[in-house]
Amino acid sequence: MMAEQTVAERTITLEVFRYRPEQESEPTFQTYEIPYREDWVVLDALNYIKDSVDGSLTYRWSCRMGVCGSCGMMVNGVPKLTCSTFLKDYYPHPIRIEPLANFPVARDLAIVLDDFMAKLVHVRPWIIRRQEEPLEAGEYRQTPEELDRYKHFSMCINCMLCYAACPIYGLEPEFVGPAAIALAQRYNLDSRDQGGRERMGILSTHEGIWACTLVGECTTVCPAEVDPAGAIQQAKLASALGWLRRVLVPWGNK
Amino acid sequence: MIHRSEPFWWLLFAAGGSAAAVLAPVLILLTGIAAPAGWFPQAFAYEHVRALVSHPVTRLVLFGVIVLSFFHWAHRFRYTLAEGLALKRAWLPVAVVCYAAAIAGTVSAAVVILKL
Repeated sequence: MMAEQTVAERTITLEVFRYRPEQESEPTFQTYEIPYREDWVVLDALNYIKDSVDGSLTYRWSCRMGVCGSCGMMVNGVPKLTCSTFLKDYYPHPIRIEPLANFPVARDLAIVLDDFMAKLVHVRPWIIRRQEEPLEAGEYRQTPEELDRYKHFSMCINCMLCYAACPIYGLEPEFVGPAAIALAQRYNLDSRDQGGRERMGILSTHEGIWACTLVGECTTVCPAEVDPAGAIQQAKLASALGWLRRVLVPWGNK
Repeated sequence: MIHRSEPFWWLLFAAGGSAAAVLAPVLILLTGIAAPAGWFPQAFAYEHVRALVSHPVTRLVLFGVIVLSFFHWAHRFRYTLAEGLALKRAWLPVAVVCYAAAIAGTVSAAVVILKL
């Protein structure tokens, strides 16, 4: 008798992953039946639970508009930004919410992101200069064409959905991973940068680009259209051609 | 060693993937469908095909497509075994067996094509 129900009476079921290390050794699922609103996203539903049903539920969020990259979770097994995942796309079926896959869980839906943070720094994603120009020399200038070469790779919001989607990262935790490699490639392609060789030394390893088998799930789930899989392929080609050059012209190594 | 030479195997894999994607459908269409269906009887006449295949350029192209496809297979199969079947501990033997198979395929392809 759905049609006779008023909007306020409609409900949706959320099955939420719970893990409170001080009181349980194994994670459990807790079911919440909450009001259904057509314009609510999953994050709104979690905020409703936190405010009105169960204040102990732990998760991360901030901007609510797909910019901050904090609210990534598994929604029915798929990595999503919960601030841009609408309940109406699942209603009337229940929605299962879990912390991002492939990461250790700190508590409930909050993951431990130390591994990602370490990898991000490891690939040196900043402009490296052999010698910094003096301040009086002005900015390092760049044409719009030079900007276009890397701009899409710079849109990463560090939400880690790509790590949750990547089966290689699941199998090989040492893998540097999609977002970090895409950001490294973003600086490799930047005309102001001179750290390409240094960065490629870090990337051209088994834990770097060569662990990737181009599954492509990173690009599929990316909410910022960064295309990490494309970045890794570009880096592989650059690395392989560099290798070829070193083998064919060993004396040409400047 | 395999890890250090990864760019080499990957280049063969990438080249094999591109060659197979471009040429395999054409070859399958010609030799697998058109010839047995008898679509172009003069073009697929034995003497004609033989003359075509024994031309040095054709031999070179055939050798390239076949060998690169072998290495494409070897690389993909290596990762399928190592990751799909979780044989990570046998990483090195898996790689050696796969690439050795492709090298054996290369040698036999060379023998067959030289005899054409």
